[in-house]
Amino acid sequence: MSTTDHVEHTEQHTEQHVGADHHEHAPHPDIFYIKIAVFLAVLTALETSTYWVDFGPFFLPALLGMMAIKFFTVVLFFMHLKEDAKMFGMLFYMGLGLAIGVYVVMLACFQFFG
Amino acid sequence: MVDTAVLPDVPHDAGHDAGHDAGHGHSSTGLSNNKLAMWLFLGSECLLFGGLIATYMLYRGRDNGKPGPDQLWDIPLTSVSSFVLLMSSLTMVLAVSAAKLHDDRRTNIWLSVTALLGATFVGAQVYEFTTFYNEGLGFTTSLFSSSFFTLTGFHGAHVSIGIIMLMALVGIITRSKVPGNKAEVVELVGLYWHFVDIVWIIIFTLVYLIPV
Repeated sequence: MSTTDHVEHTEQHTEQHVGADHHEHAPHPDIFYIKIAVFLAVLTALETSTYWVDFGPFFLPALLGMMAIKFFTVVLFFMHLKEDAKMFGMLFYMGLGLAIGVYVVMLACFQFFG
Repeated sequence: MVDTAVLPDVPHDAGHDAGHDAGHGHSSTGLSNNKLAMWLFLGSECLLFGGLIATYMLYRGRDNGKPGPDQLWDIPLTSVSSFVLLMSSLTMVLAVSAAKLHDDRRTNIWLSVTALLGATFVGAQVYEFTTFYNEGLGFTTSLFSSSFFTLTGFHGAHVSIGIIMLMALVGIITRSKVPGNKAEVVELVGLYWHFVDIVWIIIFTLVYLIPV
């Protein structure tokens, strides 16, 4: 490999890595995170209210829905998974999917054979 | 005849990549090895807590006539401690933001506040455990108590480890001894902290708010 080739190769290599680093996002302003925290606090208050207020048939779906919204709000915005590299999300959701799978299979087994 | 133009490429590239990895901690994908490892670790932690939550859900009704969830839960206290842990996620993300802006002073303040909120949460959990024990619920009292203490105890241990990480981080930032990219180190600790928070979001709903 000639010196010129080596320089070009090095430049390409550097560009490749710089390009791959595009997910290194600039931080959002603090107010963005504060608004999300207020939203999460309101959801927590709503969740807690189900202990005293009768939501009837909507009790369980509402509670599980609010739990899921809070979970993914933290994951997407506080953990920056929304704007970070997809590979990180894949690793996390793979573990989460397996965990939910284990949970469902385990409960199903005890339901049928327990 | 051997093509001499090809041979030098192998050690050259290998050395170049190795040097690149050592210098910046990036893999061939261009992503940070440290962040990849942390996300993989968090994925595996999902499995740990998934198993513990599934076990609790199976055994939560098996209290053998001993004190059960309905007699024990103090929802106002748990709600406040959940809120405290949730707000610690806000202070943690503000610490990450400050670290990205290279503002060490604000980073340390937010990290310390996060650790303080985490300690408040652990304190509330210790108080809760003590109250339950005084009311006759020990670790081996029933299947319900064993699964409950194991699940929430594991979570409390994770929060405690997080507090130690936060305080250690404050110490090394103060002494300017952070290895590698400072903002990334803060972000990694932040990822762990947020994970502890999302696990509690699930525990709070499934364990405390859904009646047996």
